[in-house]
Amino acid sequence: MTSLATASPAIEPSAAYIRDIPAERPWSHVLKRGQTLRIIDSEGQQAVDALLYCADDPAERYSAQDTLRVQGSAYVELGTQLVSNKGRVMARISADSCGRHDTSAGCCSCESNAVRFGEATKYQRACRENFILELSKHGLTKRDIVANLNFFMNVPIDPSGNFTVVDGISAPGNYVDITADMDVIFVISNCPQINNPCNGFNPTPIRVMISDPPAL
Amino acid sequence: MISAAVKRETSEANRRRYEKLRAEGQEATPKGLPEATALDAMPIAEGAVISREEVPADWYTTVRLRRGEALRIIDISGMSSVSMIGWREEDTSERINCADTVKVQWSAAISKGRVILSDMGRVFVSLIEDTSGAHDTLVGGSTPASALAAFGVASRNTHENFLAAAAKIGLGLRDIPPCVTFFAPVSVDPKGRFLWNASRKRPGDFVDLRAEMNVVLALSNCAHPRNPARPSISGPVTLIRHRAPPPAPDDPCRSISPEIIRAFAFTDRLFT
Repeated sequence: MTSLATASPAIEPSAAYIRDIPAERPWSHVLKRGQTLRIIDSEGQQAVDALLYCADDPAERYSAQDTLRVQGSAYVELGTQLVSNKGRVMARISADSCGRHDTSAGCCSCESNAVRFGEATKYQRACRENFILELSKHGLTKRDIVANLNFFMNVPIDPSGNFTVVDGISAPGNYVDITADMDVIFVISNCPQINNPCNGFNPTPIRVMISDPPAL
Repeated sequence: MISAAVKRETSEANRRRYEKLRAEGQEATPKGLPEATALDAMPIAEGAVISREEVPADWYTTVRLRRGEALRIIDISGMSSVSMIGWREEDTSERINCADTVKVQWSAAISKGRVILSDMGRVFVSLIEDTSGAHDTLVGGSTPASALAAFGVASRNTHENFLAAAAKIGLGLRDIPPCVTFFAPVSVDPKGRFLWNASRKRPGDFVDLRAEMNVVLALSNCAHPRNPARPSISGPVTLIRHRAPPPAPDDPCRSISPEIIRAFAFTDRLFT
């Protein structure tokens, strides 16, 4: 196992905020317009489920279908604009050392795990429970959980429609930067799934860093 | 504390189970799917019809279905696409979930024999008849911005139709999940780009959705954002609410895969 200290890139002097998010746990933070959130896949092959809400009016939130429609293609990558359900750009992918992220596969839940992998898996940690707990801090509920982003998650969709969660391609220390175009509540579930390859069948910690925009 | 060896063993067992389910889901299950319904097959017996509605181009409606009832959606002109969202009647926090629908069935392509799932691991509706098999679960419907960009003038669109439909049953912007769009032949090319396969649309295409719980549906008859036709050439669609025949013991929608058998078992528990 690679240690966190060597797996993560050197801490940038400009980072105003740094946290390690333990395996299987949620996190949220208000990202100010212009700030950049870096998510580091500290040990590699770790899916990071994410939702964004407009801080001023959380009924406006990230929309996977609006994002894909505007982009005209199915995967999230460098340059992807994260579009809200009101058609506004909330944030954009401003750097990416991994190259492949998903926004069509949703998050795991106790209920969908039971369908996919058998009823015993209903009683395992799942992203939806993480989201519910984290959203409750912002006055939001299960009703507010929409189709999310899955950073570092590799879900090829082939021309026949075959849709497969396959082994992640992110190496230890790979990162993705998300720069906010408006003040957003950024919510993460460090995915606890152990029944498919999104976390290499072994959930691990991640690191987040927030940087202010460079001074002019 | 679980030992590293036990943890590794569990991981390896989980990977084997995943690979087995994937092989069944993408190799065996598709072979068991029924053929598409023929355009002239399966007329609805007059005695089974509950109600009919014709929705003009660019408009919307809401439809309530009791468990066991079905909705036939007919693209009369072959030029329409119908976007759909929906909620469980008794608890509208339960709603259709496109991500779970495609993940559980190992495919973004839905067709006869497939189902649309709710976010609670239950079956929302089943596609008991389908002449088309060309539906979109990924891109979603039109919006004010997409319609303006496409047609050069502010136009009716699915986003605003869904807002209006939701408002009429006491719901709002927070309650609008990603939608499924019927008669919208979208595929993904090897580079990830969305393609529109116009040849897969025919006049008279229809789909029968059997409600597997009590549902409220919002349907929007607007041009799909990937449809390249300019100006929009959408036509009216016919909706027929009817009593579906009770599922036979070998009903393909209920028995196509181990995942679907479980999803129906969890759904049936709501009613037993």
